[in-house]
Amino acid sequence: MSEKVLMKGNEAIAEAAIKCGCRHFFGYPITPQTELSEYLAKKMPKVGGLCLQAESEVAAINMTMGAAASGVRVITSSSSPGISLKSEGISYIAGCDLPCVIINIQRGGPGLGGIQPSQADYYQATRGVGHGDLRLLVFAPSSVQEMAQLTIEAFDLADIYRMPAMILADGALGQMMEPVDFGAIPQRELPAKDWAACGHDNKRKKNIVNSLYIDPQELENIVDQRYERYAKIEETEARCEEYLTDDADIVLVSFGITARVCKTAIGAARAEGIKVGMIRPITLWPFPKKAIHAAACSAKAMLSVEMSKGQMIDDVRLAANGQCPVEFYGRTGGMIPTPDAVLEKIRAMQAQL
Amino acid sequence: MTTAMLFAGFGGQGILFSGKQMAKSAMYAGKNVSWLPSYGPEMRGGAANCSVIISDEEVGSPLVTAPDILVAMNLPSFDKFEASVKSGGYLIVDSSLINKKSQRTDVQICYIPATALASENHIEGMANVIVLGQLLKRTGLFDYDTFLADMLRGIPESKAALIEKNKTALALGYNYNA
Repeated sequence: MSEKVLMKGNEAIAEAAIKCGCRHFFGYPITPQTELSEYLAKKMPKVGGLCLQAESEVAAINMTMGAAASGVRVITSSSSPGISLKSEGISYIAGCDLPCVIINIQRGGPGLGGIQPSQADYYQATRGVGHGDLRLLVFAPSSVQEMAQLTIEAFDLADIYRMPAMILADGALGQMMEPVDFGAIPQRELPAKDWAACGHDNKRKKNIVNSLYIDPQELENIVDQRYERYAKIEETEARCEEYLTDDADIVLVSFGITARVCKTAIGAARAEGIKVGMIRPITLWPFPKKAIHAAACSAKAMLSVEMSKGQMIDDVRLAANGQCPVEFYGRTGGMIPTPDAVLEKIRAMQAQL
Repeated sequence: MTTAMLFAGFGGQGILFSGKQMAKSAMYAGKNVSWLPSYGPEMRGGAANCSVIISDEEVGSPLVTAPDILVAMNLPSFDKFEASVKSGGYLIVDSSLINKKSQRTDVQICYIPATALASENHIEGMANVIVLGQLLKRTGLFDYDTFLADMLRGIPESKAALIEKNKTALALGYNYNA
Protein backbone atom coordinates (compact mmCIF):
# COMPACT_ATOMS: atom_id res chain seq x y z
CA MET A 1 0.00 0.00 0.00
CA SER A 2 1.20 3.42 -0.77
CA GLU A 3 1.31 6.05 1.93
CA LYS A 4 1.43 9.77 1.54
CA VAL A 5 4.68 11.40 2.53
CA LEU A 6 5.29 15.07 3.21
CA MET A 7 8.05 16.22 0.87
CA LYS A 8 9.52 19.27 -0.76
CA GLY A 9 8.92 19.60 -4.48
CA ASN A 10 12.65 19.34 -5.13
CA GLU A 11 12.79 16.09 -3.15
CA ALA A 12 9.71 14.69 -4.89
CA ILE A 13 11.40 15.13 -8.29
CA ALA A 14 14.52 13.39 -6.98
CA GLU A 15 12.58 10.48 -5.50
CA ALA A 16 10.49 10.13 -8.67
CA ALA A 17 13.68 9.95 -10.75
CA ILE A 18 14.97 7.09 -8.60
CA LYS A 19 11.60 5.34 -8.65
CA CYS A 20 11.51 5.29 -12.44
CA GLY A 21 14.96 3.84 -12.81
CA CYS A 22 17.17 6.88 -13.23
CA ARG A 23 20.58 6.17 -11.71
CA HIS A 24 22.59 9.11 -13.03
CA PHE A 25 22.54 12.70 -11.86
CA PHE A 26 24.94 15.46 -12.85
CA GLY A 27 24.44 18.93 -11.48
CA TYR A 28 25.83 21.99 -9.86
CA PRO A 29 24.14 23.52 -6.80
CA ILE A 30 22.02 26.64 -7.04
CA THR A 31 19.20 28.07 -4.94
CA PRO A 32 16.27 27.26 -5.02
CA GLN A 33 16.84 23.73 -6.42
CA THR A 34 19.63 22.54 -4.14
CA GLU A 35 17.52 20.06 -2.12
CA LEU A 36 17.18 18.03 -5.31
CA SER A 37 20.90 17.34 -5.59
CA GLU A 38 21.18 17.04 -1.82
CA TYR A 39 18.52 14.31 -1.81
CA LEU A 40 20.15 12.45 -4.67
CA ALA A 41 23.59 12.75 -3.07
CA LYS A 42 22.16 10.81 -0.12
CA LYS A 43 20.01 8.36 -2.04
CA MET A 44 21.83 7.55 -5.29
CA PRO A 45 24.72 5.64 -3.66
CA LYS A 46 22.17 3.52 -1.77
CA VAL A 47 20.55 2.33 -4.99
CA GLY A 48 23.80 1.82 -6.87
CA GLY A 49 23.48 5.09 -8.74
CA LEU A 50 25.75 8.04 -9.37
CA CYS A 51 25.21 11.56 -8.10
CA LEU A 52 27.99 13.79 -9.30
CA GLN A 53 28.53 17.44 -8.50
CA ALA A 54 30.30 18.76 -11.55
CA GLU A 55 32.70 21.70 -11.60
CA SER A 56 30.15 23.83 -13.44
CA GLU A 57 26.76 23.73 -15.15
CA VAL A 58 28.51 23.44 -18.51
CA ALA A 59 30.33 20.33 -17.35
CA ALA A 60 27.15 18.90 -15.82
CA ILE A 61 25.12 19.18 -19.04
CA ASN A 62 27.90 17.62 -21.09
CA MET A 63 28.17 14.74 -18.62
CA THR A 64 24.40 14.41 -18.97
CA MET A 65 24.83 14.20 -22.74
CA GLY A 66 27.47 11.51 -22.39
CA ALA A 67 25.31 9.42 -20.07
CA ALA A 68 22.29 9.83 -22.35
CA ALA A 69 24.38 8.76 -25.36
CA SER A 70 25.20 5.52 -23.56
CA GLY A 71 21.48 4.81 -23.21
CA VAL A 72 20.94 5.25 -19.47
CA ARG A 73 18.26 7.40 -17.88
CA VAL A 74 19.85 10.63 -16.71
CA ILE A 75 18.71 13.81 -15.00
CA THR A 76 20.28 17.21 -14.42
CA SER A 77 18.86 20.12 -12.49
CA SER A 78 19.46 23.80 -12.01
CA SER A 79 17.75 27.14 -11.69
CA SER A 80 17.42 29.93 -14.25
CA PRO A 81 21.02 31.28 -14.58
CA GLY A 82 22.31 27.72 -14.54
CA ILE A 83 19.95 26.70 -17.35
CA SER A 84 21.33 29.54 -19.47
CA LEU A 85 24.78 28.04 -18.97
CA LYS A 86 23.45 24.63 -19.96
CA SER A 87 21.72 25.84 -23.09
CA GLU A 88 24.56 25.03 -25.47
CA GLY A 89 24.64 21.44 -24.20
CA ILE A 90 20.87 21.15 -24.43
CA SER A 91 21.03 22.12 -28.10
CA TYR A 92 23.66 19.42 -28.68
CA ILE A 93 21.48 16.88 -26.86
CA ALA A 94 18.51 17.79 -29.06
CA GLY A 95 20.77 17.65 -32.12
CA CYS A 96 21.92 14.16 -31.14
CA ASP A 97 18.33 12.97 -30.54
CA LEU A 98 19.12 11.99 -26.96
CA PRO A 99 16.59 11.57 -24.16
CA CYS A 100 17.25 13.17 -20.79
CA VAL A 101 15.37 15.15 -18.15
CA ILE A 102 16.35 18.71 -17.29
CA ILE A 103 14.90 20.45 -14.24
CA ASN A 104 14.55 24.22 -14.04
CA ILE A 105 13.40 25.48 -10.62
CA GLN A 106 13.04 29.05 -11.83
CA ARG A 107 14.10 32.15 -9.93
CA GLY A 108 13.84 35.82 -10.73
CA GLY A 109 15.94 37.17 -13.62
CA PRO A 110 17.51 38.34 -15.83
CA GLY A 111 21.17 37.99 -14.96
CA LEU A 112 21.89 36.73 -11.48
CA GLY A 113 18.45 38.14 -10.67
CA GLY A 114 17.12 36.95 -7.33
CA ILE A 115 16.33 33.65 -5.68
CA GLN A 116 12.57 33.94 -5.23
CA PRO A 117 10.05 32.13 -7.49
CA SER A 118 9.59 33.17 -11.11
CA GLN A 119 8.16 31.95 -14.41
CA ALA A 120 10.19 34.26 -16.58
CA ASP A 121 12.05 31.42 -18.32
CA TYR A 122 8.93 30.52 -20.31
CA TYR A 123 10.38 31.94 -23.53
CA GLN A 124 13.67 30.21 -22.87
CA ALA A 125 12.05 26.82 -22.32
CA THR A 126 9.57 26.99 -25.17
CA ARG A 127 11.54 29.05 -27.69
CA GLY A 128 15.21 29.54 -27.24
CA VAL A 129 16.89 27.13 -24.86
CA GLY A 130 19.65 26.57 -27.40
CA HIS A 131 20.61 27.43 -30.96
CA GLY A 132 19.00 25.80 -33.95
CA ASP A 133 15.60 24.40 -34.88
CA LEU A 134 14.72 22.43 -31.79
CA ARG A 135 12.04 21.73 -29.24
CA LEU A 136 12.00 20.43 -25.71
CA LEU A 137 9.09 18.67 -24.10
CA VAL A 138 8.19 21.13 -21.34
CA PHE A 139 6.10 20.11 -18.35
CA ALA A 140 4.67 22.59 -15.83
CA PRO A 141 3.72 20.95 -12.53
CA SER A 142 1.56 22.91 -10.12
CA SER A 143 1.79 20.74 -7.00
CA VAL A 144 4.38 18.59 -5.28
CA GLN A 145 2.39 15.53 -6.38
CA GLU A 146 2.73 16.67 -10.00
CA MET A 147 6.44 17.39 -9.53
CA ALA A 148 6.75 13.62 -8.96
CA GLN A 149 4.25 12.44 -11.59
CA LEU A 150 5.43 14.69 -14.38
CA THR A 151 9.07 13.79 -13.74
CA ILE A 152 8.19 10.17 -14.45
CA GLU A 153 6.17 11.25 -17.46
CA ALA A 154 9.09 13.37 -18.70
CA PHE A 155 11.44 10.38 -18.57
CA ASP A 156 9.00 8.21 -20.51
CA LEU A 157 8.20 10.73 -23.22
CA ALA A 158 11.88 11.66 -23.56
CA ASP A 159 12.64 7.98 -24.21
CA ILE A 160 9.70 7.52 -26.58
CA TYR A 161 10.49 10.57 -28.71
CA ARG A 162 14.28 10.55 -28.21
CA MET A 163 14.48 14.16 -27.11
CA PRO A 164 15.24 16.18 -23.98
CA ALA A 165 12.35 16.94 -21.63
CA MET A 166 12.22 19.79 -19.14
CA ILE A 167 10.33 20.25 -15.91
CA LEU A 168 9.69 23.98 -15.68
CA ALA A 169 8.84 24.66 -12.04
CA ASP A 170 9.71 27.54 -9.73
CA GLY A 171 11.21 28.25 -6.33
CA ALA A 172 7.89 28.00 -4.50
CA LEU A 173 7.11 24.54 -5.89
CA GLY A 174 10.66 23.43 -5.25
CA GLN A 175 10.71 24.62 -1.64
CA MET A 176 7.18 23.85 -0.50
CA MET A 177 6.09 20.62 1.11
CA GLU A 178 2.89 18.79 0.29
CA PRO A 179 1.76 15.18 0.65
CA VAL A 180 2.95 12.96 -2.19
CA ASP A 181 1.62 9.54 -3.09
CA PHE A 182 4.08 7.73 -5.31
CA GLY A 183 1.68 4.81 -5.56
CA ALA A 184 2.08 2.46 -8.46
CA ILE A 185 4.12 3.92 -11.28
CA PRO A 186 2.39 3.27 -14.60
CA GLN A 187 4.54 0.97 -16.68
CA ARG A 188 4.85 1.90 -20.31
CA GLU A 189 6.16 -0.10 -23.20
CA LEU A 190 9.29 1.84 -24.11
CA PRO A 191 11.29 1.54 -27.31
CA ALA A 192 14.63 -0.29 -27.11
CA LYS A 193 17.62 2.04 -27.11
CA ASP A 194 19.29 0.28 -30.00
CA TRP A 195 20.97 3.54 -30.98
CA ALA A 196 23.00 3.83 -27.77
CA ALA A 197 26.77 4.03 -27.84
CA CYS A 198 27.36 1.57 -25.03
CA GLY A 199 29.93 -0.87 -26.34
CA HIS A 200 29.29 -3.45 -29.05
CA ASP A 201 31.87 -6.17 -28.39
CA ASN A 202 32.23 -6.50 -32.17
CA LYS A 203 28.80 -8.15 -32.19
CA ARG A 204 27.01 -5.37 -34.01
CA LYS A 205 27.73 -2.35 -36.13
CA LYS A 206 28.96 0.56 -34.04
CA ASN A 207 26.50 3.29 -33.09
CA ILE A 208 27.47 6.91 -33.58
CA VAL A 209 25.88 9.75 -31.61
CA ASN A 210 26.51 13.03 -33.35
CA SER A 211 25.04 16.43 -34.10
CA LEU A 212 27.49 17.54 -36.80
CA TYR A 213 26.32 17.36 -40.41
CA ILE A 214 28.46 19.33 -42.84
CA ASP A 215 26.27 18.58 -45.86
CA PRO A 216 23.35 21.05 -45.66
CA GLN A 217 20.96 18.71 -47.48
CA GLU A 218 21.71 15.93 -45.02
CA LEU A 219 21.20 18.31 -42.08
CA GLU A 220 17.93 19.59 -43.51
CA ASN A 221 16.71 16.02 -43.93
CA ILE A 222 17.57 15.19 -40.33
CA VAL A 223 15.89 18.33 -38.98
CA ASP A 224 12.84 17.59 -41.15
CA GLN A 225 12.60 14.09 -39.71
CA ARG A 226 12.84 15.54 -36.22
CA TYR A 227 10.04 17.99 -37.03
CA GLU A 228 7.81 15.12 -38.16
CA ARG A 229 8.22 13.76 -34.64
CA TYR A 230 7.55 17.22 -33.19
CA ALA A 231 4.35 17.42 -35.27
CA LYS A 232 3.16 14.10 -33.87
CA ILE A 233 3.91 15.31 -30.35
CA GLU A 234 1.94 18.53 -30.94
CA GLU A 235 -0.95 16.41 -32.16
CA THR A 236 -1.00 13.91 -29.31
CA GLU A 237 0.83 15.06 -26.19
CA ALA A 238 -0.60 18.50 -25.32
CA ARG A 239 -2.17 18.42 -21.88
CA CYS A 240 -4.09 20.82 -19.73
CA GLU A 241 -6.53 20.97 -16.86
CA GLU A 242 -9.82 22.72 -17.52
CA TYR A 243 -11.37 24.27 -14.44
CA LEU A 244 -14.93 25.66 -14.49
CA THR A 245 -14.65 26.67 -18.14
CA ASP A 246 -18.06 25.36 -19.28
CA ASP A 247 -20.09 28.48 -18.53
CA ALA A 248 -17.19 30.91 -18.15
CA ASP A 249 -17.34 34.41 -19.62
CA ILE A 250 -13.75 34.99 -18.56
CA VAL A 251 -11.17 32.23 -18.92
CA LEU A 252 -7.85 32.56 -17.15
CA VAL A 253 -4.79 30.78 -18.52
CA SER A 254 -2.12 30.09 -15.96
CA PHE A 255 0.42 27.39 -15.13
CA GLY A 256 2.42 26.14 -12.18
CA ILE A 257 2.14 27.82 -8.80
CA THR A 258 0.36 30.80 -10.39
CA ALA A 259 -2.53 28.57 -11.46
CA ARG A 260 -3.14 27.81 -7.78
CA VAL A 261 -3.28 31.48 -6.94
CA CYS A 262 -5.81 31.78 -9.78
CA LYS A 263 -7.94 28.94 -8.42
CA THR A 264 -8.27 30.76 -5.11
CA ALA A 265 -9.19 33.96 -6.97
CA ILE A 266 -11.69 32.09 -9.16
CA GLY A 267 -13.40 30.68 -6.06
CA ALA A 268 -13.80 34.21 -4.69
CA ALA A 269 -14.99 35.60 -8.04
CA ARG A 270 -17.56 32.81 -8.45
CA ALA A 271 -18.85 33.64 -4.96
CA GLU A 272 -19.52 37.15 -6.33
CA GLY A 273 -21.39 35.68 -9.28
CA ILE A 274 -18.69 36.25 -11.89
CA LYS A 275 -18.54 33.39 -14.38
CA VAL A 276 -14.84 32.69 -14.55
CA GLY A 277 -12.82 29.55 -15.19
CA MET A 278 -9.28 28.53 -16.07
CA ILE A 279 -7.22 26.48 -18.45
CA ARG A 280 -4.02 25.30 -16.82
CA PRO A 281 -1.46 24.13 -19.36
CA ILE A 282 0.33 21.05 -18.00
CA THR A 283 2.56 20.87 -21.05
CA LEU A 284 3.96 24.22 -22.21
CA TRP A 285 5.41 22.59 -25.29
CA PRO A 286 3.38 21.17 -26.84
CA PHE A 287 1.06 24.02 -25.89
CA PRO A 288 -2.62 23.06 -25.45
CA LYS A 289 -3.69 25.18 -28.43
CA LYS A 290 -6.95 23.36 -29.17
CA ALA A 291 -8.36 23.71 -25.66
CA ILE A 292 -7.42 27.39 -25.56
CA HIS A 293 -8.85 28.06 -29.01
CA ALA A 294 -12.12 26.37 -28.01
CA ALA A 295 -12.26 28.46 -24.82
CA ALA A 296 -11.53 31.63 -26.82
CA CYS A 297 -14.51 30.83 -29.04
CA SER A 298 -16.94 30.42 -26.14
CA ALA A 299 -15.61 32.99 -23.65
CA LYS A 300 -15.90 36.76 -23.86
CA ALA A 301 -12.37 37.46 -22.67
CA MET A 302 -9.24 35.67 -21.55
CA LEU A 303 -6.57 36.55 -19.02
CA SER A 304 -3.04 35.21 -18.93
CA VAL A 305 -1.64 35.22 -15.38
CA GLU A 306 2.08 34.67 -15.06
CA MET A 307 5.07 35.38 -12.84
CA SER A 308 6.77 37.33 -15.60
CA LYS A 309 6.17 40.45 -17.66
CA GLY A 310 4.01 38.39 -20.03
CA GLN A 311 5.50 35.54 -22.04
CA MET A 312 2.94 32.73 -22.27
CA ILE A 313 0.41 35.36 -23.33
CA ASP A 314 1.98 35.21 -26.82
CA ASP A 315 1.01 31.55 -27.10
CA VAL A 316 -2.44 32.23 -25.65
CA ARG A 317 -3.03 34.94 -28.26
CA LEU A 318 -1.77 32.72 -31.08
CA ALA A 319 -4.12 29.95 -29.94
CA ALA A 320 -7.05 32.33 -29.40
CA ASN A 321 -6.39 33.66 -32.91
CA GLY A 322 -8.43 36.79 -32.37
CA GLN A 323 -11.58 35.01 -31.17
CA CYS A 324 -11.62 37.09 -27.99
CA PRO A 325 -9.39 39.70 -26.35
CA VAL A 326 -6.56 38.37 -24.17
CA GLU A 327 -5.41 40.46 -21.24
CA PHE A 328 -2.46 40.06 -18.90
CA TYR A 329 -1.76 40.18 -15.20
CA GLY A 330 1.59 39.31 -13.72
CA ARG A 331 4.25 39.95 -11.13
CA THR A 332 7.94 39.44 -11.67
CA GLY A 333 11.33 39.50 -9.99
CA GLY A 334 10.35 36.86 -7.43
CA MET A 335 6.98 38.29 -6.42
CA ILE A 336 4.06 35.83 -6.26
CA PRO A 337 0.71 37.36 -7.33
CA THR A 338 -1.88 37.41 -4.55
CA PRO A 339 -5.34 35.92 -5.06
CA ASP A 340 -6.76 39.36 -4.17
CA ALA A 341 -4.86 41.07 -6.98
CA VAL A 342 -6.01 38.48 -9.51
CA LEU A 343 -9.58 38.87 -8.23
CA GLU A 344 -9.30 42.63 -8.68
CA LYS A 345 -8.23 42.12 -12.30
CA ILE A 346 -11.13 39.69 -12.88
CA ARG A 347 -13.58 42.24 -11.46
CA ALA A 348 -12.16 44.95 -13.72
CA MET A 349 -12.53 42.69 -16.76
CA GLN A 350 -16.08 41.74 -15.76
CA ALA A 351 -16.96 45.43 -15.60
CA GLN A 352 -15.79 45.84 -19.20
CA LEU A 353 -17.80 42.90 -20.62
CA MET B 1 -12.85 24.62 6.22
CA THR B 2 -9.39 26.10 5.73
CA THR B 3 -6.91 27.14 8.40
CA ALA B 4 -3.99 29.34 7.40
CA MET B 5 -1.06 29.58 9.78
CA LEU B 6 2.10 31.59 9.89
CA PHE B 7 5.05 30.63 12.09
CA ALA B 8 7.62 33.37 12.39
CA GLY B 9 10.80 33.96 14.35
CA PHE B 10 14.54 33.81 13.78
CA GLY B 11 16.71 31.08 12.30
CA GLY B 12 17.49 28.26 14.74
CA GLN B 13 14.30 28.45 16.78
CA GLY B 14 12.72 25.56 14.94
CA ILE B 15 10.13 27.70 13.21
CA LEU B 16 10.11 25.57 10.08
CA PHE B 17 9.96 22.42 12.21
CA SER B 18 6.88 23.67 14.07
CA GLY B 19 5.07 24.32 10.83
CA LYS B 20 6.08 20.96 9.48
CA GLN B 21 4.64 19.18 12.52
CA MET B 22 1.28 20.88 11.96
CA ALA B 23 1.35 19.96 8.29
CA LYS B 24 2.27 16.34 9.06
CA SER B 25 -0.48 15.88 11.62
CA ALA B 26 -3.00 17.36 9.21
CA MET B 27 -1.79 15.06 6.45
CA TYR B 28 -2.18 12.01 8.70
CA ALA B 29 -5.68 13.23 9.50
CA GLY B 30 -6.46 13.10 5.80
CA LYS B 31 -6.48 16.85 5.17
CA ASN B 32 -4.98 18.71 2.27
CA VAL B 33 -1.91 20.62 3.40
CA SER B 34 0.85 22.86 2.15
CA TRP B 35 4.00 24.11 3.87
CA LEU B 36 5.96 26.94 2.32
CA PRO B 37 9.14 28.23 3.96
CA SER B 38 10.83 31.55 3.53
CA TYR B 39 14.12 30.67 1.91
CA GLY B 40 17.24 32.50 0.95
CA PRO B 41 19.09 34.96 3.16
CA GLU B 42 16.69 34.08 6.00
CA MET B 43 18.07 30.57 6.36
CA ARG B 44 21.54 32.00 6.93
CA GLY B 45 20.38 33.79 10.08
CA GLY B 46 17.84 36.49 10.75
CA ALA B 47 14.12 36.16 10.16
CA ALA B 48 12.56 32.81 9.28
CA ASN B 49 8.95 31.99 8.66
CA CYS B 50 6.71 29.41 7.12
CA SER B 51 3.18 29.36 5.77
CA VAL B 52 1.05 26.33 6.58
CA ILE B 53 -2.40 25.73 5.11
CA ILE B 54 -4.69 22.95 6.30
CA SER B 55 -7.85 22.46 4.31
CA ASP B 56 -10.70 20.16 3.39
CA GLU B 57 -10.50 21.68 -0.08
CA GLU B 58 -7.66 21.66 -2.56
CA VAL B 59 -5.04 24.18 -1.39
CA GLY B 60 -4.77 27.17 -3.72
CA SER B 61 -2.02 29.69 -3.16
CA PRO B 62 0.36 28.27 -0.52
CA LEU B 63 1.49 31.72 0.55
CA VAL B 64 -0.24 32.89 3.75
CA THR B 65 -0.73 36.64 3.85
CA ALA B 66 -3.63 36.74 6.34
CA PRO B 67 -3.23 33.94 8.90
CA ASP B 68 -5.94 32.50 11.12
CA ILE B 69 -3.15 31.63 13.53
CA LEU B 70 0.11 33.54 13.94
CA VAL B 71 2.93 32.20 16.06
CA ALA B 72 5.41 35.02 16.69
CA MET B 73 8.69 34.06 18.32
CA ASN B 74 10.65 37.29 18.03
CA LEU B 75 9.94 41.01 18.01
CA PRO B 76 10.55 41.71 14.30
CA SER B 77 8.06 38.95 13.42
CA PHE B 78 5.52 40.29 15.88
CA ASP B 79 5.87 43.79 14.44
CA LYS B 80 5.73 42.58 10.86
CA PHE B 81 2.77 40.18 11.06
CA GLU B 82 0.60 41.25 14.04
CA ALA B 83 -1.71 43.35 11.87
CA SER B 84 -2.14 40.58 9.27
CA VAL B 85 -3.95 38.13 11.57
CA LYS B 86 -7.56 37.64 10.51
CA SER B 87 -10.23 39.03 12.78
CA GLY B 88 -11.31 36.26 15.14
CA GLY B 89 -7.96 34.53 14.73
CA TYR B 90 -5.23 33.62 17.19
CA LEU B 91 -1.98 35.35 18.00
CA ILE B 92 0.47 33.28 20.02
CA VAL B 93 3.46 35.15 21.33
CA ASP B 94 6.69 33.99 22.97
CA SER B 95 6.60 36.60 25.74
CA SER B 96 10.14 35.85 26.91
CA LEU B 97 11.44 37.37 23.66
CA ILE B 98 8.69 39.86 22.89
CA ASN B 99 8.15 42.43 25.63
CA LYS B 100 5.27 44.10 23.84
CA LYS B 101 1.51 43.66 24.07
CA SER B 102 -0.73 43.52 21.06
CA GLN B 103 -3.20 46.36 20.57
CA ARG B 104 -5.57 44.09 18.67
CA THR B 105 -8.95 43.55 20.31
CA ASP B 106 -10.49 41.37 17.61
CA VAL B 107 -8.15 38.38 17.97
CA GLN B 108 -7.42 35.92 20.77
CA ILE B 109 -3.99 36.68 22.11
CA CYS B 110 -1.90 34.33 24.15
CA TYR B 111 1.40 35.23 25.79
CA ILE B 112 3.57 32.30 26.79
CA PRO B 113 7.18 32.70 27.96
CA ALA B 114 8.24 29.66 25.94
CA THR B 115 11.96 30.35 25.75
CA ALA B 116 12.14 30.93 29.53
CA LEU B 117 10.08 27.81 30.22
CA ALA B 118 12.48 25.80 28.06
CA SER B 119 15.50 27.08 30.00
CA GLU B 120 13.90 26.53 33.42
CA ASN B 121 13.11 22.95 32.48
CA HIS B 122 16.52 22.24 30.93
CA ILE B 123 15.13 21.69 27.46
CA GLU B 124 16.83 24.60 25.74
CA GLY B 125 15.90 24.91 22.12
CA MET B 126 12.45 23.42 22.62
CA ALA B 127 10.52 26.66 22.89
CA ASN B 128 8.98 25.93 19.51
CA VAL B 129 7.40 22.70 20.76
CA ILE B 130 6.24 24.41 23.96
CA VAL B 131 4.43 26.93 21.78
CA LEU B 132 2.88 24.09 19.78
CA GLY B 133 1.47 22.65 23.03
CA GLN B 134 -0.18 25.96 23.84
CA LEU B 135 -1.43 26.27 20.27
CA LEU B 136 -3.12 22.87 20.53
CA LYS B 137 -4.87 23.82 23.75
CA ARG B 138 -6.00 27.22 22.49
CA THR B 139 -7.21 26.21 19.06
CA GLY B 140 -8.21 22.59 19.56
CA LEU B 141 -6.90 22.00 16.06
CA PHE B 142 -5.66 18.50 16.87
CA ASP B 143 -6.16 15.99 19.63
CA TYR B 144 -3.18 16.15 22.01
CA ASP B 145 -2.31 12.44 22.01
CA THR B 146 -2.67 12.08 18.27
CA PHE B 147 -0.49 15.12 17.67
CA LEU B 148 2.18 13.82 20.04
CA ALA B 149 2.18 10.43 18.35
CA ASP B 150 2.45 12.08 14.93
CA MET B 151 5.34 14.19 16.12
CA LEU B 152 7.26 11.28 17.59
CA ARG B 153 6.69 9.27 14.41
CA GLY B 154 9.30 11.35 12.64
CA ILE B 155 12.07 10.80 15.17
CA PRO B 156 14.58 8.13 14.13
CA GLU B 157 15.73 5.57 16.72
CA SER B 158 19.21 7.06 16.69
CA LYS B 159 17.73 10.19 18.22
CA ALA B 160 15.61 8.52 20.91
CA ALA B 161 16.83 11.08 23.45
CA LEU B 162 14.73 13.65 21.65
CA ILE B 163 11.52 11.78 22.39
CA GLU B 164 11.44 12.66 26.09
CA LYS B 165 12.38 16.26 25.41
CA ASN B 166 9.58 16.64 22.90
CA LYS B 167 7.06 15.03 25.25
CA THR B 168 8.11 17.30 28.09
CA ALA B 169 7.99 20.40 25.92
CA LEU B 170 4.59 19.69 24.42
CA ALA B 171 3.11 18.97 27.86
CA LEU B 172 4.66 22.13 29.34
CA GLY B 173 3.12 24.24 26.64
CA TYR B 174 -0.24 22.54 26.80
CA ASN B 175 -0.52 22.84 30.58
CA TYR B 176 0.69 26.44 30.81
CA ASN B 177 -2.08 28.80 31.82
CA ALA B 178 -1.48 31.95 29.88
